[in-house]
Amino acid sequence: MANLKPLPSAREFDLSRDSLRQVNLYLHKHAVDEGISQIRVQNPDGAHSIACGLDADLDVHIHGHVGYYVAGMNQRASVTVYGNAGPGAAENMMSGRVHVKGFASTAAGASAHGGLLVIDGDASLRCGISLKGGDIVVGGSVGSFSAFMAQAGRIVICGDAEDALGDSLYEAVIYVRGKVRSLGADARFEPMSDSDRAAVKGLLAAAGRSEDPGEFKRVASAKSLYHWHADANQEY
Amino acid sequence: MCGIVGLLVKKPALRESLGALMVPMLIGMTERGPDSAGLAVYTSPVSDRQHKLSLYSGMHAVDWSQLLGSISNEFVQHHEIAVHGNQAVLTTAADADQVVTWLKRHAPLVAVLSVGRSIDLYKDVGAPADIARRYRFAELHGTHLVGHTRMATESAVTPAHAHPFTAGRDFCLVHNGSLSNPHLVRKHLEPLGIEFETDNDTEAACRFFEWRLREGDDLEKAVERGFSQLDGFFTFLMGTDTEMLIVRDAFACKPAVVAETDDYVAIASEFRSLAHLPDIGHATLFEPKPEEIYSWRI
Repeated sequence: MANLKPLPSAREFDLSRDSLRQVNLYLHKHAVDEGISQIRVQNPDGAHSIACGLDADLDVHIHGHVGYYVAGMNQRASVTVYGNAGPGAAENMMSGRVHVKGFASTAAGASAHGGLLVIDGDASLRCGISLKGGDIVVGGSVGSFSAFMAQAGRIVICGDAEDALGDSLYEAVIYVRGKVRSLGADARFEPMSDSDRAAVKGLLAAAGRSEDPGEFKRVASAKSLYHWHADANQEY
Repeated sequence: MCGIVGLLVKKPALRESLGALMVPMLIGMTERGPDSAGLAVYTSPVSDRQHKLSLYSGMHAVDWSQLLGSISNEFVQHHEIAVHGNQAVLTTAADADQVVTWLKRHAPLVAVLSVGRSIDLYKDVGAPADIARRYRFAELHGTHLVGHTRMATESAVTPAHAHPFTAGRDFCLVHNGSLSNPHLVRKHLEPLGIEFETDNDTEAACRFFEWRLREGDDLEKAVERGFSQLDGFFTFLMGTDTEMLIVRDAFACKPAVVAETDDYVAIASEFRSLAHLPDIGHATLFEPKPEEIYSWRI
């Protein structure tokens, strides 16, 4: 028995040496076969599409700044970026968790169907655009047109929001703690209920944050754009 | 899609490394702009009595020393020429406008890429790495530079359509995006005597801003006016002899990242063009906010 080596539990890649395709192939195919669930990626240096399309219970840690589409289409996996993310972080996520420790560029969490996206810093414009059921917690502020046409899911914004927050919202709900420069068409502030406060508390806890849920305001759809009004003469 | 890069060094000792620091930035933007590339580099200015003209002969074989001889015969002042293949920088003590007019008439195969006291301009079609090698970008010295890699979407792939665009003296602009009203801008500027060289949308923006500078605006004021006059998507990066400026449109569709340290300010469309820079781990990183003007002076 003394000759048996312990099985490795973690695998490390270095993108200054290993190719992106090698890393993503390992995450897609070999990690599960080898029984590895912890994967570290060093020196991402802004590469695109790192840890895209995962579909396994993996725990991926990326040490540095990443480019476009990190953890896009994620299912089940937990992906943590110790740095900033380029456009489209966790775009179309289905489940799992993506955590950006720095700031995220445009369209973070766009059209995510499920899972939790946590951004510790600011998110740029169009955060959560067309959200379809995922949850997003932003520790900082969000740029203009965030949650545009968001259909389902929740967005918690601990800082401020720029222009046109929640424009043409469907059933998604936004909780915002700071100032909102302007609401988008058909978005409105609504009273916070006990279930809203419980939802914010749960999302903040899941994101590892300690803000007071009582400080958040609820933004939801006024639903005046839900139906086509033939008599409205297109004066929306 | 296109790539933009900008670099301004704050520490005089880094001026000799300007080109070497920039080449990986430009090559890093190859996927965003594989068909053409170019850059404007700002050097120590020539004397008040002199100007520099960046000249380009493209595919044509031009005998630069013969051209220098002809210019010397025409203009009594002192001239020098530094040749880099099909590009040359002419330094002249003659009136720059008169030299440009003379070149148009007597050397029609030579394009004037830029005129000024600090600016040298290089642009050509081909992969960024090839162009960097062709013109020895790694050896460039200077205070700041503005570069571009192009993926043409709205006009032809030719050296003239490559960026940077220049107008007037020591002013250049590169653009990631597309304008929807360049013809309207042009229709407004041409009756004022402003001539265009291409049908490229970016040239309209370049000539608009340079016109405003001549009308007395500073660059920030000119850019503010641009918000109501230029319609479309843009991340503009501009250079003058003393300044580098970046601005994004209200929708910020086109990316940009700034990295600033005590030694330099570096700008690129994406972080992957900045990752190699010295001490990048301690740089302040941010994305320019929409319609906010960021500028740095040498």
